[in-house]
Amino acid sequence: MRLADYQDTDVRDWIALLKPRVMSLVVFSGLIGLLVAPGHLHPVLGFTAVLCIAVAAGACGAINMWYDRDIDAIMRRTRGRPIPAGRIEPGAALGYGITLAVGSVLMMGLAVNPVAAFVLAVSIAFYVFVYTMWLKRRTPQNIVIGGAAGAFPPVIGWAAVTGSVDLIPLVLFAMIFIWTPPHFWSLALFANDDYRRAGVPMLPVVAGGKETRRQIVLYTLVLVPLTLVPWLLGFSGLVYAVAASVLGVGFLVSVWRVAIDRQDETGVSLTNDTPARAAFKYSIAYLFILFAALAIDQFVYRTV
Amino acid sequence: MTDAEAAAFRRRQKGRNIAMLVVLIGLSTLFFAITIVKMTHH
Repeated sequence: MRLADYQDTDVRDWIALLKPRVMSLVVFSGLIGLLVAPGHLHPVLGFTAVLCIAVAAGACGAINMWYDRDIDAIMRRTRGRPIPAGRIEPGAALGYGITLAVGSVLMMGLAVNPVAAFVLAVSIAFYVFVYTMWLKRRTPQNIVIGGAAGAFPPVIGWAAVTGSVDLIPLVLFAMIFIWTPPHFWSLALFANDDYRRAGVPMLPVVAGGKETRRQIVLYTLVLVPLTLVPWLLGFSGLVYAVAASVLGVGFLVSVWRVAIDRQDETGVSLTNDTPARAAFKYSIAYLFILFAALAIDQFVYRTV
Repeated sequence: MTDAEAAAFRRRQKGRNIAMLVVLIGLSTLFFAITIVKMTHH
């Protein structure tokens, strides 16, 4: 590939480097952290805080794509990404990611507050160094611990308003942290061949389908009661408690179907992983609606 | 480079330029708004 070929890139490639689909959930959970936090933040500063969270998430995506370009080129799901497809030079992607990461932290510190900027910096460092560079290729627990990186946004949103880190944002952190394994392992079940070819030690590759299905159910069993903690602590009201319970039962049913999916003796699905695909989709909707319910509940709770 | 390739190149170049313009105007507006908010509330 000649350098001249790289210089002719489309804007969409630079946007794709930011992993916009991952960014949407990050922005949403950050916004929820900001909305449910006690206190007041000027809308312009609130917008700036959410923008910084979004840009930082995008920066992580770009750095992740730079680091993972070798395995992205092997996996069917990722080989069309701008770097493995040869549309963006790796070094340019890295520079782009670092610039956005540093810029978002500086802007958060200057415009919002230093605590939010610090947590944002920690979350970027965690995602890049702990998850991408250290754990992802070394242990099947990669996404369990890596899930912590994705759990930071509500803490950052909360810190943007209050200038501190309290118990409630840590509960929200724990909720996303525990939600990540069943969410990601559902994907890993039906993308198993891809991960095996790329040598990424995802749980289904290392421990097999049966154990992965068991772990998905176990994590969901921990997650559902955990989502009721904001209500038990008296932070939220019945609207949230009912929503969390109904959504939780739905999630349990969904992962139970994954567990009892027709499979061979090694745990490989005989139904083209239909239940795992459904559980993956459900898990995304689950978190969106759960967090929306928390914000709506706060609105009701504060106005009644 | 054929005419068609040159046209495609120009189109992508224009796209990148417009994107940069949007980002720069957006950031300038945001910095201005942040400054006003900070000056008003402190």
